[in-house]
Amino acid sequence: MPGTTTLDLDTSSFKGSISINTGLFIGGKWCDPVDAHDHAEIINPSTGKKIMVISLASSKDVDLAVKAAHKAYKTSWGFKCPGKERGKMLLKLADLLERDADQFAAIEALNVGKPYHVAKAYDVMGAVEYIRYFGGWADKNQGNVIETNEAKLAYTRHEPFGVCGQIIPWNFPLLMMSWKVGPALATGNCIILKPSEMTPLSALKFAELVVEAGFPPGVVNIINGYGPVVGQAIAEHPDIAKVAFTGSTLVGRKVMEASAKSNLKVVTLELGGKSPTIVFDDSDLDQALKWTMQAMYANMGQSCVAGSRVFVHEGIYDEFIQKFSAMVQGLGQTAGDPFSANTMHGPQVSQVQFDRIMGYIDSGKSEGATVHTGGERHGTEGFFIKPTIFTDVHPEMKIVKEEIFGPVAVVLKFKTEEEVIEAANATTYGLSCCIFTENISRGIRVAHALENGSAFINSAQLVDHGVPFGGYKQSGIGREHGEYALSTYTQVKGIHVNLGIRL
Amino acid sequence: MTSFSYDFSGTYTGKTSFKTGVFIGGEFRHGASKSTIDVVNPATGKLVTQISEATAADVDDAVKVAQKAFDETWGLNVGGAQRAALLNRLAILMDEHADELAAIEALDNGKTFGWAKGVDISFSIATIKYFAGWADKIQGQTIETDEKKLIYTRHEPIGVVGQIIPWNFPLLMFAWKIGPALATGNAIVIKPSEFTPMTALRMCELINEAGFPKGVVNVLVGYGHTVGQTISEHMDIQKVAFTGSTLVGRKVMAAAAATNLKNVTLELGGKSPNIIFDDADLEQAVNWAAHGIFWNHGQACCAGSRIFVQAGIYDEFLERFTAKAKSIQVGDPFAPGIDQGPQVSQIQYDRIMSYIDSGKQEGATVHTGGERHGTEGFFIKPTIFTDVTPEMKIVKEEIFGPVGVVIKFTDEADVIRQANDTVYGLAAAVFSQNINRALETAHKLQAGTAWVNCVNQLHANVPFGGYKQSGIGRELGEYALHNYTNVKAVHVNLGHKM
Repeated sequence: MPGTTTLDLDTSSFKGSISINTGLFIGGKWCDPVDAHDHAEIINPSTGKKIMVISLASSKDVDLAVKAAHKAYKTSWGFKCPGKERGKMLLKLADLLERDADQFAAIEALNVGKPYHVAKAYDVMGAVEYIRYFGGWADKNQGNVIETNEAKLAYTRHEPFGVCGQIIPWNFPLLMMSWKVGPALATGNCIILKPSEMTPLSALKFAELVVEAGFPPGVVNIINGYGPVVGQAIAEHPDIAKVAFTGSTLVGRKVMEASAKSNLKVVTLELGGKSPTIVFDDSDLDQALKWTMQAMYANMGQSCVAGSRVFVHEGIYDEFIQKFSAMVQGLGQTAGDPFSANTMHGPQVSQVQFDRIMGYIDSGKSEGATVHTGGERHGTEGFFIKPTIFTDVHPEMKIVKEEIFGPVAVVLKFKTEEEVIEAANATTYGLSCCIFTENISRGIRVAHALENGSAFINSAQLVDHGVPFGGYKQSGIGREHGEYALSTYTQVKGIHVNLGIRL
Repeated sequence: MTSFSYDFSGTYTGKTSFKTGVFIGGEFRHGASKSTIDVVNPATGKLVTQISEATAADVDDAVKVAQKAFDETWGLNVGGAQRAALLNRLAILMDEHADELAAIEALDNGKTFGWAKGVDISFSIATIKYFAGWADKIQGQTIETDEKKLIYTRHEPIGVVGQIIPWNFPLLMFAWKIGPALATGNAIVIKPSEFTPMTALRMCELINEAGFPKGVVNVLVGYGHTVGQTISEHMDIQKVAFTGSTLVGRKVMAAAAATNLKNVTLELGGKSPNIIFDDADLEQAVNWAAHGIFWNHGQACCAGSRIFVQAGIYDEFLERFTAKAKSIQVGDPFAPGIDQGPQVSQIQYDRIMSYIDSGKQEGATVHTGGERHGTEGFFIKPTIFTDVTPEMKIVKEEIFGPVGVVIKFTDEADVIRQANDTVYGLAAAVFSQNINRALETAHKLQAGTAWVNCVNQLHANVPFGGYKQSGIGRELGEYALHNYTNVKAVHVNLGHKM
């Protein structure tokens, strides 16, 4: 039987004990992995020290979870549970998460390094609202009746896939979990969900709420493990009908390849980005600066939509860079303990990420870019990096082309609208973009011309649960959020009832 | 300012106590005329309480208050997610008070406590919850024309809407009205029936407790010719939704036409046909047919009151159907084992009895029932007429009581013609095990709801409303949202030059 670890926290933002089960959540129960020898140490990125240990699964556990999920789907979920009832459970789940918001915010701050107050307001409350939103869709999954002729009744059903695999990343663990479970459960699917092995704690705690909300056993299964082991097992499993993956483009390819080689399961991907922010000379500069900060440095730059290429019109460049630099330095001064109310900038999530980002910073320096501010570690403990700006860059540099996933922005100058649109689109990515201008025609025109799944005019990162979100090009396939997410988790059956056509 | 307290006994033994004044701006008050309306218990015919009467002046006040709320604290000032939260909270409160609401409904309307709890209150809560889910999903479209234009539609709330509801399902009709109106951001002036105002008045305190801004929902109990007429003619109400008789529905529409051409939706009467083919599952058909006409004491707009039975099964159907009708237990709504309580009022009782008399006079056979039950209260025995002809009043007109007519038929095409031969078109049912026959018949029936092998099945997410003189517009489902939104098309020129 797996154990629980109790985390005792005594901070200025949160005081209390949180117990977390260390095992696998399969068929409504906690269990040890079949081959119980793999464990992961969960590290506090603010200190580099171990928090606790969790069990890691193998493909054998994925098999057990898939069996449990299929059993639940045939007996107590899917068509056996009307949308109205699914909606009720989702609303209850949202209420429970809201009830325990402080605990979950503390877990995210501890495990991921994001400031506690941001985790609570954005990650946890975002997850609550998202689940609530999809609770409302559960009994509104409507097909069409399509007129052909009076000798026929033709209609569509939007049916669940059955058992879906979901693989989520470490940057917004709880929020990413809500984005996955919300629409999948609303539409009647059962889930095999793999959190990131670096940030599994909120998912493990979430499993308790799934039980309390009354979901039948086997509807939600949570399996921790390594990507190449558990993720791979999910992606190639012959009895999983659909997989949804959020993470790097590199790993996204592996998921799609595994599907192609196994059962051609439907794949949706939400991958990386190198999202452009474009600041025109007719923008409200003060606002543009604030939003650009948000776009780049929120979550320590660990965001798929991070506005990491900042294009500034030459007419306002000097003023922009001077003010931007001061703001970024100011942010750096708030780096510290995520549980301190003054902290706005936390550590990167892990040693591996820290090393990767520092590697990009070195490459920027060696390729001849100017470190305008930052460009080094903050402090001596934990994985903190100073918010960084590079200038004097050119399009071929690695720091301009590749996704860094850290608090590192490159700032470029431009002259004309046509030029900046072309430069902004010159990337394999296409997730998001931000456009700053007070001219309505220009704003909308540029938004329409940029090859991205989301365009934010005079704002950044204001993702709404009702508005679809996803990537163009190599930033992804499919959409999450809004009514569109229902299509992500349903398959369409067309039914033709012959009322009189005789052979 | 009036209030009401009551200790229940029988199948429910709780208490209730609530204010019964005119509810405007989140507060109770006496009506402008300072007069009262008598509330009668239909099981005994005796006075239960007196409540404040609202009149035209109160409507004017309410509209001003509602408009202010819409402009300042409601409407587009409040995001859909927040409207959803308030509606969900209201549903939770209704659930916490479910038994109390059911008891009030049974006392006021005469339906049994069991039916009120199991159907009326439960479905009311489900309706509010359903529309809470839509509140943050009010979506317009973007429509492609050319790249020099951005065109999109907004589905905006209308503003202050008037709603007039009947006495047959008081709380349920209240929920069907306020659910979609609030989900889409409108402010409401609603007139419950003066015969059955009590559950609506109880809801006022729950609406406050749920946290709706004051003035968003205003509840005015008054008479049709005062409050109802004022709402229908009001220059500052942009939309009226009425459920009731076709006769009064005409008045509402005429009033709108004569004043500000406010948008009108109507849910009116019916004389719904139930066609039972000889390949039907007979036992099921009998059970459903009984439910079709006797549910709610026949006081349902969609009641299957004309029952067409194919010749081959007619005798056996009639025998079983009669036994079923006779087995219905009529009595006190709070006594155990009772299926059917009294009709809602003396007026309704008299009306139904007069239809029964007309049936007898016009030569129809009273196969069972056809008279009062007991000596106190407005109880009528479940009644079946046979040997009817299409021209009889009991065949053509809506009786709104536990009175069904059973008609034998042979020809399929002709029975569909007969079924459609009515000014009404609210609902219809067909019983057959043959897929082609069942669906083809359903498609040919001129009714807003066609039931195949069932009757009176309603769901919060499925549209309901009438063809022909049974109504205009649809309630429930996504369709209901259209009743309470105005479409604005926004054209943004990105480059076309003059």
